[in-house]
Amino acid sequence: MLAARELFSILPLIVVGSTAVLLMLVIAWQRHHTATALISSAGLIVGLLCLPAESMLAGSPPLMQVDGLAIIAGALILLSALVTVILSHQYLVGYIGPKEEFYLLLLCATSGALALVAADHLAMLFIGLELLSMPLYGMLAYSFRAERSLEAGMKYLLLSATATAFLLFGMALIYARTGTLDLGGVTGAMVRASDAWMLAGAALIVVGLGFKLSVVPFHLWTPDVYQGGPAPATIFLATVSKLAVFVVLLRLALAAPVFQSEWMQTVITVLALLTMLGGNLLALFQANLKRLLGYSSVAHFGYLLVAIVAGNALAIETTGVYLVTYLITTLAAFGVVTMVSSPFGGEDADALPLYRGLFWRRPYLAAVMTVSFLSLAGIPLTAGFIGKFYVIALGVSESRWWLVGGIVAGSAIGLYYYLRVMVTLYLPEPGMPRRDAAHDWGSRVGGLTLIAVALAILVLGVYPTPMIDWIQQLSVG
Amino acid sequence: MILVWLILIPFLGGLLCWQADRWGHHAPRWIALATMLFVLGISLWVWVTSDFALPGSGQDHWVLEWRTGWIPRFGIDVHLAMDGLSLILVALTGFLGTLAVLCSWHEISDRIGFFHLNLLWILGGVVGVFLSLDLFVFFLFWEMMLVPMYFLIALWGHSGSAGQTRIRAATRFFIYTQASGLLMLVAILALAYIHFGNTGEWSFNYFVLREAEIPDAIAPWLMLGFFVAFAVKLPVVPLHGWLPDAHTQAPTAGSVDLAGILLKTAAYGMLRFGVPLFPAESQAFAPVAMALGLFSIVYGAVLACGQQDMKRLIAYTSISHMGFVLIAIYSGSELAVQGAIVLMVAHAFSSAGLFILSGQIYERLHTRDMRLMGGLWGRLPILPGLTLCFVAASLGMPATANFVGEFMIMFGTFQTAPVVVIIASSGLVLSAIYSLLLMQRVYFGPVYRQGALPGPDWREYFMMLVLLALVLLVGLYPQPLLDTTAGLSGTIADLFAGISPVDVFGEVR
Repeated sequence: MLAARELFSILPLIVVGSTAVLLMLVIAWQRHHTATALISSAGLIVGLLCLPAESMLAGSPPLMQVDGLAIIAGALILLSALVTVILSHQYLVGYIGPKEEFYLLLLCATSGALALVAADHLAMLFIGLELLSMPLYGMLAYSFRAERSLEAGMKYLLLSATATAFLLFGMALIYARTGTLDLGGVTGAMVRASDAWMLAGAALIVVGLGFKLSVVPFHLWTPDVYQGGPAPATIFLATVSKLAVFVVLLRLALAAPVFQSEWMQTVITVLALLTMLGGNLLALFQANLKRLLGYSSVAHFGYLLVAIVAGNALAIETTGVYLVTYLITTLAAFGVVTMVSSPFGGEDADALPLYRGLFWRRPYLAAVMTVSFLSLAGIPLTAGFIGKFYVIALGVSESRWWLVGGIVAGSAIGLYYYLRVMVTLYLPEPGMPRRDAAHDWGSRVGGLTLIAVALAILVLGVYPTPMIDWIQQLSVG
Repeated sequence: MILVWLILIPFLGGLLCWQADRWGHHAPRWIALATMLFVLGISLWVWVTSDFALPGSGQDHWVLEWRTGWIPRFGIDVHLAMDGLSLILVALTGFLGTLAVLCSWHEISDRIGFFHLNLLWILGGVVGVFLSLDLFVFFLFWEMMLVPMYFLIALWGHSGSAGQTRIRAATRFFIYTQASGLLMLVAILALAYIHFGNTGEWSFNYFVLREAEIPDAIAPWLMLGFFVAFAVKLPVVPLHGWLPDAHTQAPTAGSVDLAGILLKTAAYGMLRFGVPLFPAESQAFAPVAMALGLFSIVYGAVLACGQQDMKRLIAYTSISHMGFVLIAIYSGSELAVQGAIVLMVAHAFSSAGLFILSGQIYERLHTRDMRLMGGLWGRLPILPGLTLCFVAASLGMPATANFVGEFMIMFGTFQTAPVVVIIASSGLVLSAIYSLLLMQRVYFGPVYRQGALPGPDWREYFMMLVLLALVLLVGLYPQPLLDTTAGLSGTIADLFAGISPVDVFGEVR
C-alpha cells in the first residue's frame, strides 16, 4: 500500500497529472484558449511549489526514487514546461484549428518526464519514456496542415518506435540475466556477472536512449524534426524531453556497474567525441535557425556525455549545472524564434536572413538572442560558460584528455556558426522584413518571460554560487 | 576599491554611450572620451601617489589589492591587484582608449552609441586582464574582451580587399584566440585540480598555484597550454594568421586597440603567469621560444617589405617587434625584461601613431593601397613629417622609446644567448628597409594624382603631437618607467637564475 508520505513525495507529478485531467474536462465543457493556458500554468506553478515539500520527505513510492537528482530535474522540467506554455499562448493565438489540446498534450508529456526522472525500475522507466514521447508526436505534428510539421511528427514517431524497440530488447536481455527489473536489484546482480549479454543489454539501452538524445550516429531525425515542428513543440523537445532522457541515462550509468566496464566506457567516449564534433560540423553551414539550433543541441549533449563516462559524484553536479545552463540558454534562443514566428502563420520564421538587422528593429529581442548565443558558445559572464567550465573540469579531473580535446575542438568549431548568427542580427537590413515580432512583444507575458530568462543567463554567469550550492546540496544527498 | 572602479567605469560608460545615442551624435563620443580620461586620470593619480621603491629581490610588490569571495565551491575569488607593470599598462590602456575615441570622431558615422559600447567594453576587459590575480577571473576577462572586438571588426570594419571580408577576418580572429584560450582554460583547470589533489582544497589563486607541486610529466604540457594562448595573441609566427587580416579590416580605433593594448595582454600574461607559474619548464622551453621569436622577427619584417596595403604593412611590423619582446621574456635577464616592457610601451605609441596616420590618410584618399598613393609629400601638409617621425620611432632610431627598448633587449640577452642577438639584429636592418619603403611609396615617388588635400585639424594634430612627445619622452628619459616596473623584471630574472640557455646558443667568448 502507498503511504501518505510516499504520495506526498510525488506531489508535483500528481498535481500535473490532475491538471491534465482537469484540462480535458474543461475543454470538453467549454473551449477558451486563455483560460486553458492559465489553468496549465497554474498547475505547473503549484507543482513547482510542491517541490520543496518533496525534498523534505525522505520516502519514495515503489518503482520510484525521489532523490536529489530527481528534484533538480523535476524543477527544471516544470520551469521549462511553464515557459513553453507561456510562449505557446502567444504563438497559438493565430492558429486556425483547435488550440486547447496543445496544452493537454504538453501537460501529459510533462508528467511523463517527471515520472521518468524519478524512475527506479525499468518498467517505470519505460512507462515514463512513452508517456513523454507519445504526446510529443502530437505536439510536433500539431499544425498538421503544414507539410513539414506532419513530416516531423511522423519521422519522430517512426524513429522513436525503433528506438523503443532497441530499449525494450536491451531491458529484456538484462532481465534475462538478472531476473529483476528493479534498478537496485539489477545493480546487485550485475556486480556478480558482467558478461557479453549484460554488455549487449546495456549497449542496446544506450542506443535506445541515444536516439532520444540524438547522439551521433543516431541523430539523423534531429534537424528535420526541429525544423518541422511548431516552435513551442520544438522548445519542449529540446528542453524537457532531452533533459529527462539524459537524467535517466545518468541514473543507469551511476547504478549499473556495467557502465563502468572498460568496454562501455570506450564506446561512450567514442560516441561523445562523434557527437560533439559531428553536431558542430553539421551546424557549420546551416542557413535555417531551427536546424542550426538542433545540431547545436546535438553538440551540447556530446559535451554532457562526459558526465556519463565519469559516473561519479561530481558527474551529478556537473549534469545539474550543465542542464540548468543549457536549459535557460535553449529556452531563450528558441523563445526568440517563437517570438518572431508569433502569432502562428503557417511556417515558422526560421530562415537566417529574416533575422538580419533584428537589432535595429527590435533591440531588446536581439539582445536576448545575442546573450543566448554567447551562452551557447560558452563565453564568460554567461551561464553557458559555467556549464562548460564544469564539463572541462570534470574531464580534467578524470584525466579524459581525448574528451577534453574534443570539447575544445568542438567549441572552436561551434564559434563559427554562433558568431555567424550573432553578427547577422547586427548587419544593416537590406529592405523591409517579411516577418517580424509584434511591436508590443516586450510588454506581453511571453516577452517579459523571455527577458527574464535572458537576465537569468547573465545573472547565473556572473553570480553562479546560489545555483552551485543548491545543486551541490541535492547531488550529495 | 579603486581597482574595481577602474574595471567598472569603462563598462558603465559603455552602457551609457549605448543609451546616449538618442541624445544626438556627439553625446556618445563625449561620454566615451570622458570615461577613458577618467580611467587615465585615476591610473596617473595612483602612479603619482604610490611608492614604487625597489622591494627586496624576488618579492612581489603590490601597490593596491582588493579581494572578495565569488564562487566558494571552487575557491574562486575576485582578486585584483596592481603592481608597477599593471599600473603602466592600465595607464596605457586609458591613454590609447582616449586616442581610440578621438581618432574615430569622424570615421564612425553610424550606430555611434553601439560602437562606443563595444570600444569601451574591450578596454574594460583589458583593464580586467591587467589587474586580475585569480586565474579564473583572468581567463574570464581574457575571453570576454574578444566579443566586443569581434563586433568592432565585423560591423565597423573596412569592406575588404578581394576575397577577404571583414566578417571573415573578425571570425578568424575570434576562433584563433578563443580556441587557444580554451587550451589555457584546460591548463588552468588541470593546475587547480593538481593543487586540489595535493591539498584537498580548490583554489585559483595566483600565489597559491605558484607554489603548487606539479608532476614532472604534466608540467611541460600545462606550460604549453598557457604559452599557446599567449603566443596566439602576441602573435608568434606559426600562430599569427589572424593578425594581418584583423588589422587590415578593423576600423582605426580597432587597430589602435589591437596593436596598442591587446597584443600587450599576451606579453603581460607571459610575464605575470606563463613564466612565474612554470619557471623550470619555461627555462627548458626558452630555446624554442627564442627560436620562435627570431623567426617572428625575420618573417614579420620580410613580409612587411612586400605589402601593398599600408595597414597590413604596419601589422606585419608588429609581429616583428613582438618577436623581440618574446626573446626578452625568455632570456632571463633583468635588463632584457625591462627592455621588453619599454618596447611594449614604445610599440604601443609608435604603432598607434602609424595606425592613426594611416586612418587619416584613408579618410582623405579612401584607399590604403600604397600603389594608389605616391607623391603625397607635396599634396598633404604636416602629416608626412609626422609619419616620418613615427616611422623613425618604429625602426628604432636613437632618442625614440623603441631604441631604448630594443637596445636593452639586445644588450641584456647578449650575455645569455649571443647567437640569438646576432640574428635578431638582422631584424633591425630589415626594419629600416620596410620603414623607408613605406615612406617612399606613400610620400615620395611619382605623383599618382594631383590636387592638394586638407591638412590635419586640431584634433588630429593634438593626437599626433601628444604621441610624439611621449615617444621622445620615454626615449630620452625612460628611468621612471624602469623604476616602476623594476619589481617584476627582477622577479622574472630571479626565476631564471638557475639554468640559462647558454648551453644551447653558445657562450660569449
